[in-house]
Amino acid sequence: MSPLLNRPDFDVIASWVEPGHKVLDLGCGDGSLLRHLIDSRGVRGWGVEIDDANVLAAIQKGINIIQGNLEKGLDEFADQAFDHVVLSRTLQTVRHTEGILREMLRVGREAVVSFPNFAYWKNLRAVLDGQMPVSEDLPYEWYDSPNVRFFTLLDFESLCRQMNLRIRERRVLDEHGQPVDNEDDKELNFLGSLAVYRLTQPR
Amino acid sequence: MSGQSIGAVQTQRAHFDQPLTLRSGAVLPAYDLVYETYGTLNAAKSNAILVCHALSGHHHLAGYYADAPDNIGWWDNIVGPGRPLDTDRYFIVSVNNLGGCHGSTGPSTINPASGKPWGADFPIVAVIDWVHAQARLADRLGIDCWAAVMGGSLGGMQALRWTITYPERIRHAIVIAAAPKLSAQNIAFNDVARQAILTDPDFHGGHYYEHNTRPTRGLRLARMLGHITYLSDDQMGEKFGRDPKNGAFAFNFGVEFEIESYLRYQGDKFAGYFDANTYLLMTKALDYFDPSREENGDLTATMARSKAGFLIVSFTTDWRFSPARSKEIVAALLANGGDVSYAEIDLNFGHDSFLMRDAHYHSVIGAYLRNIKL
Repeated sequence: MSPLLNRPDFDVIASWVEPGHKVLDLGCGDGSLLRHLIDSRGVRGWGVEIDDANVLAAIQKGINIIQGNLEKGLDEFADQAFDHVVLSRTLQTVRHTEGILREMLRVGREAVVSFPNFAYWKNLRAVLDGQMPVSEDLPYEWYDSPNVRFFTLLDFESLCRQMNLRIRERRVLDEHGQPVDNEDDKELNFLGSLAVYRLTQPR
Repeated sequence: MSGQSIGAVQTQRAHFDQPLTLRSGAVLPAYDLVYETYGTLNAAKSNAILVCHALSGHHHLAGYYADAPDNIGWWDNIVGPGRPLDTDRYFIVSVNNLGGCHGSTGPSTINPASGKPWGADFPIVAVIDWVHAQARLADRLGIDCWAAVMGGSLGGMQALRWTITYPERIRHAIVIAAAPKLSAQNIAFNDVARQAILTDPDFHGGHYYEHNTRPTRGLRLARMLGHITYLSDDQMGEKFGRDPKNGAFAFNFGVEFEIESYLRYQGDKFAGYFDANTYLLMTKALDYFDPSREENGDLTATMARSKAGFLIVSFTTDWRFSPARSKEIVAALLANGGDVSYAEIDLNFGHDSFLMRDAHYHSVIGAYLRNIKL
């Protein structure tokens, strides 16, 4: 069960971009999302990735890839250079959470962020049962997890309010990648395994 | 992924009668270029790659000579069937630049006007002059547009210059361990090297050929200094350490440490075959290189002229042309919305890393080239 093979958030992100848009994918891995967006949506794409093997894989896929460390900011990129800046299932691995969100909205008109929701009911049940959750969207054991930040939908949204970021759109998916919806945000927080947001910054 | 050697190769020579006006304003009335080619130019002439050499390089990029099997090309490890610069796929061209000392017209060749070696009368050549000369060779070979132009260090600067000066004639540039211009510190190193040569009593104002001598002491010092800057501190420490070379110190000015022995050997070897006037010219070409001058120092505006796709490569331990300098090029390309990839390779050999055989480094180059449509 590889988390890379089944990426329902890719389809959500693909539905938010338009042909000809410039997309920057941060922590782009082997470039699969960008390849998908270029082939299916006709965008122009660039990725940032730190890992050597992923940089090579992205070059093999013909993706524009810039090797670098997200924690050190996005100095190579000019202000408002991109239509969308994507951070797919990576925010929970970044220490400088506010810094990366600010940088995303400096270099892009819109930030697209997806992350696993730690309040998903199966995750909570695992903790109640006495063990850290391991699931489709949280595929790691506690001792080998790259995740350094543990947060929920509601946590993320209060950070957005605190940073004065506007949530333009939100999609919440269950463990199988199916959309879930609920009028009550607290209910939704229990039902969603993965959340995808479009953020903008009022100027 | 190691592939094979291209095997025995031959040097070719092309004579050019059309005068070449240089960046300095001087005119070279006629000149020769020596070059080598490997592989076969395809019918569409779309598979040609130009590999540019750095300060001490030349046209003998890969393979060996049938009558000199030990004379192996300076970047042989990356060229050949199954290697990243795959000679089964690409037609590879390597030229000795003007001002060189390996057969192309330069200070040590005969100036037809005087019948004597050019010496100090050879004009200062700039990177753009080399690129113009390479373009004429491309015309001669029937190559309208390179699939790629690539090089490390000063060679990478030529690839960058190609994209600005001949944007219609280059589809991709691979710029390795280079910079958009030298820093003041880099110019300083070059000037110390030049001063070593210029103040050698055997220099004779650059006309040492007529005195049947060569400024080998100066050239040796220049190379020793350069060599220090091409290696990383860590690598030097690991390789040479500071143990007494002969078990115990002699407390004199002989060779006490391994690094002294190594640098003196490298200096002697280099001074034995390289021409001091060429060394002076090559370092000047480095110093003057700064294409952004044409746009009042704005590199982004300069790179806006380029239409090429780019692969920029730097090395973590290279302090002479550090990753930050490569990233200046990356930033300028990104600001124009250009196609660019950047790889920062973790190799321990400082600036010299670009010549090393490393699986990841070579895979990156090979993968980028593979995606070029022929």
